[in-house]
Parts: sequence; structure tokens; C-alpha cells
Amino acid sequence: MTQVFLGMPAPGHGNLFEEEPFPQAAHRELGNTQMRKNLRHATHTIRDKRLKVVGELPDWEQLRDAGAAIKNNAMANLEELLLQFEKNFIARGGIVHWARDASEANKIVTQLVKDTGSTEVVKVKSMATQEIGLNEHLETEGISAFETDLAELIVQLGHDKPSHILVPAIHKNRTQVRDIFLQEMPEVDPNLTDDPSKLADAARTHLRKKFLAAKVAISGANFALADTGTLGVVESEGNGRMCLTLPETLITVMGIEKVLPQWEDLEVFMQLLPRSSTGERMNPYTSLWTGASADDGPRNVHIVLLDNGRTRALSDRFGRTALNCIRCSACMNVCPVYERTGGHAYGSTYPGPIGAILSPLMTGIEAEDNGSLPYASSLCGACYDACPVKINIPEILVHLRGEDVDTKRETHKIPTQMDLLMKGGSWALGKGKNIGLLEKALPLGRLMAGKDKKIKKLPGIAAGWTQSRDIPAPPNKSFRDWWSDQKESK
Amino acid sequence: MSAKEEILSRIRSALSDAPVAEETPREYRTSSQMPEEELIELLVDRLIDYKAGVEVINSAQIPEFVAAKLKDANSVVYPHGLEQRWLSELPTGITQIPDAPGARLSVAQLDATSAVVTSSQVSIAESGTIILDGEPNQGRRAISLVPDHHLCIVPVSSIVRLLPEAMVRLTITRPLTWISGPSATSDIELERVEGVHGPRTLDVLLVRGL
Ligand code: SF4
Repeated sequence: MTQVFLGMPAPGHGNLFEEEPFPQAAHRELGNTQMRKNLRHATHTIRDKRLKVVGELPDWEQLRDAGAAIKNNAMANLEELLLQFEKNFIARGGIVHWARDASEANKIVTQLVKDTGSTEVVKVKSMATQEIGLNEHLETEGISAFETDLAELIVQLGHDKPSHILVPAIHKNRTQVRDIFLQEMPEVDPNLTDDPSKLADAARTHLRKKFLAAKVAISGANFALADTGTLGVVESEGNGRMCLTLPETLITVMGIEKVLPQWEDLEVFMQLLPRSSTGERMNPYTSLWTGASADDGPRNVHIVLLDNGRTRALSDRFGRTALNCIRCSACMNVCPVYERTGGHAYGSTYPGPIGAILSPLMTGIEAEDNGSLPYASSLCGACYDACPVKINIPEILVHLRGEDVDTKRETHKIPTQMDLLMKGGSWALGKGKNIGLLEKALPLGRLMAGKDKKIKKLPGIAAGWTQSRDIPAPPNKSFRDWWSDQKESK
Repeated sequence: MSAKEEILSRIRSALSDAPVAEETPREYRTSSQMPEEELIELLVDRLIDYKAGVEVINSAQIPEFVAAKLKDANSVVYPHGLEQRWLSELPTGITQIPDAPGARLSVAQLDATSAVVTSSQVSIAESGTIILDGEPNQGRRAISLVPDHHLCIVPVSSIVRLLPEAMVRLTITRPLTWISGPSATSDIELERVEGVHGPRTLDVLLVRGL
């Protein structure tokens, strides 16, 4: 347990950790060919759509510049903006709660639900509640939470985990979805086909009664506007509108980084977000609400402002721009590593390139469990180019790798294999004579290789290299030896 | 220390390097000149792409087109501020139900209604987005959500090209619903399917001279 000082940025908890080191998880996930096929199809489809609709806007780069600057401003003035938002939200009849971490947020939400006397809630897709493990917590308190987003429903009914932040069930194909529905929806027609429109129909019927009877809904928010106290949810299916409009009580759980300075900022993000995420000119539905309105929608409107490691990320001056993320998922869809390993390999609620920086920034890299995430990248830079708010993910990855090596050195007083390698490297490269000595050992490498002249297993941490590739056996002579032989023979 | 005080204090210490953010460059398009006919054409194109039904008509034709679009409905709900004239040609067999302050329909009543007619506040041609803001001719959010068929009237004078042009025509603190086509999902193999929880049919009448 890390020691926490009052008032100092503290690490986040909840579903922010790798469940096992990335290389190990990736190795297993790589064996899942169905998942890989589904994922490849998905990421390529969205990629192409995104390029097309982004290309339509002559001012895309100007919008990105504005988006990045608005977010940087919001982070630099976060305290003031949160206070302003709170004041305006309260003035409009809303109630504001603050939660230091996952468990505090879970407690607040549970109490709010219990106060209504309800034991059921409907939910609209929210990464923040997934991050804090809200559904599981509510379950232990005797409250059933029903996910209403089609993909989330598939994941929930399949007792599965989301693998993509935008299309969380993308690792399942239509037949797999049909099988889950047949098994988990008691009322469903046993002759249900795997036609996506029939499957969507089944979900509509399954959830309709829940929506119409729901007393309490729980949502996330895509943004909060400080100068008006307005919250917004961007969605496609109408399940969001159902949750935000019909119940008497609405509880929104939102990370503190989601606040935007002024309502005009919406015009930037509502152009950047849909085009970057689903590759649509606009998503089918966006709802905006400001506190509770007298005659329209829920009468009890709450918001839980969540830290859970966000201030920890904010305190990293090289990494804080990761908080600018608007969760569009464009970086995932262009990432060659994500495309092959899938979202599950990252463990955390936040997968892909952004997850590889955000999770360790929120938990602290010294949280041993997240140390391998910053290495889940080839640093190709595609994510940076795609990011609508211009987060320089590769740069932050490199920064975090440096931090990881530093902390490991501090914590393991005995030198690690990496340290020994680095020391060895500087000895070898420091003097020509030394490297010459080392090269004398080259033929040894040939002994390690098999008949096919390939080394299949290296010892120690170098084993990572040979986990997914063979290295050719070294030549029997080094270049330096060969060079001097050439000179002598002349 | 309360959670609020503690989080705010964490923010202060996280920002102890006092970062100064650059001023926001707003060099994106905020105004445009586009002839009305082109605006209509662009909006129609976007709406059709979203699989909405679209007709461009003049104001005198509204009753006729409303009746035609709703011919299969059993009952129609409308916000109390909607122009009554628009519903004047609906066949007598179709029950017309107003939703008015003091006489709100319950969710169950809305669920039993087959269609809804509303007006709209502003529409964005470039993205095919229609915005409803709860004015008396647009009604509460629930009425345009629960019935399975939404017929929406868009005055041509309310069409703008760009999102920033629409923003200045909105009161952001009203309950707002932005609609870009009927409800849809791409959650299964990214195949777009129209019609999940929101109205499965969206019909739009773009009306000149309104
Ligand atoms: S980091 Fe950028 S591209 Fe990735 S999800 Fe966040 S906003 Fe989108």
C-alpha cells in the first residue's frame, strides 16, 4: 500500500491495473484468432470511415488545435472550473458529491440508490463506473445494475469484459452474440437468427420494460460545462435518452477532468468526437441537461465528481495531457499493437495506446502491476496523428518507460538484469578492446542455436525477445575480425 | 478534510509548477455563406444518409404531408404548443393526444402511442443534426423519445450550415436533444442497424416559408 498524504495527489484504485504483465496477457490473447479477426475487421472499418468524414472538414487541424488548447486550459484551471461548475449545477437544482477514490464513489452511489428505496438501476455506458467497479459493488449491496447499451449488455450477459471503449463487444461476432442472447434472455424467441437487426430487436424488447419502469438511472458524462453547469451524453441507440429522461433520479459519475471552461467549447468537441470515434458526421443522439428542470426529466439530479488517481496524473507535468482524452478510441483503431492483442490484454478499463499511458499515470508507475503497460507500443506514432486533442502518446510512453526503469532501480537494491545489461553495455561500448573481447564469445552463440541456425530461447529477461521471434545465430566471425583479416590478406 | 477540500488541495499541489496554457486558437469555421437551396440540399443528403425519411415542402402543404406520413398510426401525441393546423387533416380514426403542463402523459401512455409530431429549434446541414430544445412546440424530451415514430418539422429558416452557427441560436441551459437520424447501433460487427431504443422511424418535413 502506498502511503498517502492528505491533500497530496493520490493513486487511483479499481479497474486500472493490468491483471498480469502485458507481454504475458498479449501472448495468450494472440492465440485467440476469432477475436483477432473480429478486431481487425472492426478497427479497419472504423479507420476508413473516420478518414472519410475527417477529410470532409477543411478545418480539421484548426479544430484539433482548438480542442487541445481548450483541454490544456481546463487542466491548468481545474480547481476554479470545478467550483464554477458546482455552483451552476447547484443553482439549477442539482446535487454535487465529491469522491476521492473508487471506494468512496461506490459508497456515495450506493447510498443515493438506497435512499430512493429502489433495488434496480438502469445504466448508460460509462467508463468511470467501470473503472470504479460500480456494478460489482452494487451487486454486493443487493442492487442490480442493468447495462442498457447493446454492447455493454452483450458483455454483461456474457459475463465478459469490454475489449474496446467504443464498441466493447467487438471481440464477439454475431453468432456468438446470438448464443449469449439465447442463453441469457428467458423471453427471447428460440429461433432468433444472427441477423444484427434481429439481435438489436431482441435487445429492444428485453430492455423496454426496464426503461419504462426504472426509478433510478446511472450515467457517465462526456463533458461538463463550467459556465452553465450543463452535462452532456453522446450516444447512438437512445438508451442514453431513456436513462437520462424517464427515471425520477439520475446519478452521474464523472471524472473531474471532463469539465470544459465554456459552453462554446462544445462546438469544437461535438465536431471532433463523433468523427473520431464512430466515423460519423454526428452521432444519432446527444442529450444536454443543466441540473433538474421543473417539468422535463428526472427531479433528483446528482453528480459524483471523481478523482481516483486523476490528480496523480495531473501532477506529472510530462504526462498530464493524457487527461485531455475525450475517449474517442481513434488511437486504438489505428494501433498495430492493439489490433493484434485486443483490449483484454491491457487489463485496465482503459485499453490501447491511451490506456498504456493513462492507467500507469493514474495508479503511479511504481504500482508494480502497471509497469509493463508503457512498453505495449512500437512507438510508431499513428495514435498521435489520429488523436483529436493531439495527445502526444509516444512521447509520454517514453517518459513513463524512463520513470519505470528509475523506480525499479530504486526499489530493487540489488541490480536488476536490466541494470547489469546496461552496465555491461557501457563497458563493452566504452572501449574498442572490450567489445573485441566480447566478440570472441560469438561462436558460443552458435552453440545455443539449433541446426536451423536460429536461437529460440534466450535466458533471463532477454527471453522476452525470443518469446515471439527467433534470432538468427551469430556468424562465426565478428565484423571486426573479418575486417582485420581482410586488411591482413591485402 | 472533506472530500471536496482534499481533491481541490490535491489539484493545487499537482499544479504546483503553475502551468500556463496558451490562449485557445479558434481558427475553425464559425460562419459561412451558403444559398438556401444548397443548405436544403446538404441537409437532405445527410438525413437520407442516416436513413431518415425527408420531404421538402411549403408551409401550406404541412397538414397534407403530416396526414400522409402518419396514416398508419393509431394515436399521435403532440406538444401543447404545436400549431393545431398541422394536424388538421389527420383522419378521424387517429387519436390526437396533447402533452401539456398540468396534463402530462405518463410513460405508459406514451408507450401506448404510435407516433409523435414536434417542431424543432435549429438544424445543422453539414452534420445532418436537428436540435430540439423543449419549447412549447417541441415538448418534453420524453414525448419525442418513447413513441416509435417521430415526425419532425424543420423550418427552412432554421437551417444553418455549421455547428458553431447553431450554437448561437441555442439556450444551452434548456434540456437539449440533438438528433441525427433514427436511433442506431453498430455494436454487432460494426454493421449499422437503424432502430434500437429511440424511435425506429424518423420522418423530417423541411418546410419553406415557415
Ligand atoms: S487519446 Fe486521443 S485518440 Fe485516444 S481515445 Fe483519447 S482522445 Fe481519442
